[in-house]
Amino acid sequence: MKRLGTTSFLVALAALAGMPAAAQVAVRAGTLHTVSGDAIENAVVIAGADGKIAWVGPTAEADIPDGTDVLEAAVVTPGLVDARSVVGLSGALNSNVGPVRDQDQLERSSPLQPDLRAIDAYDANETLVEWVRSYGVTTLHTGHGPGALISGQTMIAKTRGRNVDQAAVVPARMLASTLGNAVSSNFQSPGTSAKGVAMLRNALHGAQAYLEQVRKAEEAGRDDEGESDADGEEAGNDDENGDAKPAPKPPPRDLAKEALGQVLDGELSLLITANAVPEIAAALRLQREFGFDLVLDGAAESYLLLDEIREAGVPVLLHPTMSRVRNGSYETASQLADAGIPFAIQTGFEGYVPKTRVLLWEAAIAAANGLGMERALEAVTLSPARILGIDDRVGSVEVGKDADLALFDGDPFEYTSHICGVIVESEVLSAECR
Amino acid sequence: MRKRPVSFLFAVALPALLAATPAAAQDDPHVFRGARLLPIAGEPIDNGVLVVQGGRIVGVGGPDTSTPRGAVEHDLGGKVLMPGLVDTHSHIGSVSGGDRSAPLHPDVRNLDSIDVASDSIWRARAGGITTVNIMSGSGHLMSGQTAYVKLRDGARTIEDWLYCDDPLTGICGGLKMANGTNSIGQPPFPGTRAKSAALVRNLYHEAVEYREKMAEAEAEDGEDGEDGGEPAKRDLRMETLVEVLDGKRIVQHHTHRHNDIATVLRLKEEFGFRVVAQHGTESWKVADELAAAGVPVSITWIDAPGGKEETIDWNMEMGAILERAGVDVSFNTDDSVTDSRLLFRAAAMAVRYGMSRDKAIEGLTLAPARALGLEDRIGSLEAGKDADFVILSGDPLSAYTKVEQTWVEGTMIYDRANPDHRKYAVGGYKVYRTTAHEDEMIHELLLGETR
Repeated sequence: MKRLGTTSFLVALAALAGMPAAAQVAVRAGTLHTVSGDAIENAVVIAGADGKIAWVGPTAEADIPDGTDVLEAAVVTPGLVDARSVVGLSGALNSNVGPVRDQDQLERSSPLQPDLRAIDAYDANETLVEWVRSYGVTTLHTGHGPGALISGQTMIAKTRGRNVDQAAVVPARMLASTLGNAVSSNFQSPGTSAKGVAMLRNALHGAQAYLEQVRKAEEAGRDDEGESDADGEEAGNDDENGDAKPAPKPPPRDLAKEALGQVLDGELSLLITANAVPEIAAALRLQREFGFDLVLDGAAESYLLLDEIREAGVPVLLHPTMSRVRNGSYETASQLADAGIPFAIQTGFEGYVPKTRVLLWEAAIAAANGLGMERALEAVTLSPARILGIDDRVGSVEVGKDADLALFDGDPFEYTSHICGVIVESEVLSAECR
Repeated sequence: MRKRPVSFLFAVALPALLAATPAAAQDDPHVFRGARLLPIAGEPIDNGVLVVQGGRIVGVGGPDTSTPRGAVEHDLGGKVLMPGLVDTHSHIGSVSGGDRSAPLHPDVRNLDSIDVASDSIWRARAGGITTVNIMSGSGHLMSGQTAYVKLRDGARTIEDWLYCDDPLTGICGGLKMANGTNSIGQPPFPGTRAKSAALVRNLYHEAVEYREKMAEAEAEDGEDGEDGGEPAKRDLRMETLVEVLDGKRIVQHHTHRHNDIATVLRLKEEFGFRVVAQHGTESWKVADELAAAGVPVSITWIDAPGGKEETIDWNMEMGAILERAGVDVSFNTDDSVTDSRLLFRAAAMAVRYGMSRDKAIEGLTLAPARALGLEDRIGSLEAGKDADFVILSGDPLSAYTKVEQTWVEGTMIYDRANPDHRKYAVGGYKVYRTTAHEDEMIHELLLGETR
């Protein structure tokens, strides 16, 4: 389905927009958590001028070129990857009323809007972007919020750049979907969770039919091509003999169906926010019916369906530990880890007084409740990078990966530790302790 | 930290500080040995000894502290023991206050609504909280009389938890007030900040006159020894406000912006009441003014600026700035805005941003006790005070530390080793049934909005 894809075009656009060239920088770490391998005591990371990690190893073997800026920190980790947020669409005020309205993550005109794209809404200059970066987040999976059957397409961005094109890493990654009563509070219909699933199924069936129409038209087009005139005029559908069947015409472009079609074709994942057991089960059922690439979001009661989730091979983007989600548990992360289910911790979205904006501290609660420091670190670095399909670029400290690093003066999850530096693609974007 | 010599006496003759006697006080003495004690009213004591009897602390000291014969011994080697936490601002217990019929409800008592069986109570116990100021929301200029409660075991009604002798005659809490955007709304609610202040001033002036009228009526009664004509008509709203004017009832005032805080200070000056600035998001901008007025601040810790326009200037260094200015700082949960299980975290974060460890830990214990006017009874480990304390697995400011036990008046009310209690610390399926943390509920509770 290349014809429907916009991804490659936008990636090219991002490349053209150009980034300021980073200078080479080296970081000395008391303890370096590479995440992909064992921690290294007294390590050096050299971040190259190309924005990639050029060298990683013990200080004794390091050869830091003269003139290289050198930073030091007790603990160094990969830049954090927030598995799912609304940052850049939802602003710091969380305000949907009054003169300042900074909530742009949920369109309420229809419960199904697969054609909405995060890249058309992401504000790289939103103060929250800088805020989360100052707490170590270098990569964000962000987009339209939970609360609609389909709220839009998510994107992956680096927490840098003056505009969305400079920030975007993957302009369209998943379609964000929500099941359950949460949708009914935002829309007249669906008024029930069962109706919501029915509407989503109908939409997916509609997209299947649309894809079929497109495919038939393409096939017909190819057949016609062989017979058509050399001057390459429009394929000769006009009936010369009068008795030949008219070749199928391509359907009028439908951007919503195209996006759903990308889900059916595996180009986009379907990110389903499902917290209660019936919602999680419905998401797995839909996945079985349509065979799309499912990622579970929220998953508050996932501890009751560990076997089912593992057998379906579905990864989980777990709700923020401090969120007010019903039946949430501080121990879900460790239960998912023990069950061998790939999962990551996210900051998500909270209405009213939002408490869940700092990924580091959401992971801290999980670390302290059975997950432990190292697994918690993986749940905010390499694990989300894998689930998002960007582990070739981010998530661990390895030569050739993006030079995204977070510098701490102690255990990253300890409340009284400080984060003293954030580097994105070799660029030192924050160097004060906080 | 306020330094006071730690008393090593036990068998202290105690005046009946306040009448409510510990309901389940144990008669046998208990000795807690080996923990690092954080008395708050003195330096930490390693390998300390705490002696408890009759619901009260009778001894605090080092390893050589003498202990009574026949005491129940508790070995707490490697643990940390400190006073039970005091939360000056919480909405646990399914509390309600005034309705949407008016913006000012001084006659409404929060204690008439509190459900002692609410599972939200367990969030507090699991968080090491032993005393709570339970209050209604900030959607009114005055949403009700708050309730100071002790989370004793086995309570049947709110009476079992109150600090006052009898709610019919005693003062059992503070008065919840609010200004800024939350209490602004459609008529009869004020539409502006200035109107908010005017409504409050008018009501307090009414109370000043009421107090004079009642005093006159009483004087007339006294002169001829019998009823001096018509008795003055009782007004429950005015009675509460007179208690505020007389300094017997502390105003617990929701306020965020610096100019709203200044309005609170102006009202305090005009009417002379005792007041605590609750939240006080921009209090760091008026720290010197707060210190000069002797007004404490109780901080609700959030992790990022915003959430609404009034809180966009949230400053992570606020605790340190207030401490330097000499403001008495405490922390609150505003449960369920933040979680009662995470109150320790607020103090730890303040330390991260420059507050001293001592003042931050005092901000969980003795400072909030002062903010409720209960510092003679709770907030520190001192002989004669209530035996309310928590046993921790380690440093109170560490993310990895667990509350292992919570004790109130010599009785254990929370034990992490007990699975029926532990579930409240971690959550899980239907653990919190009646208080699912849903945004709608929060919204309704805090903004008082009817849907």
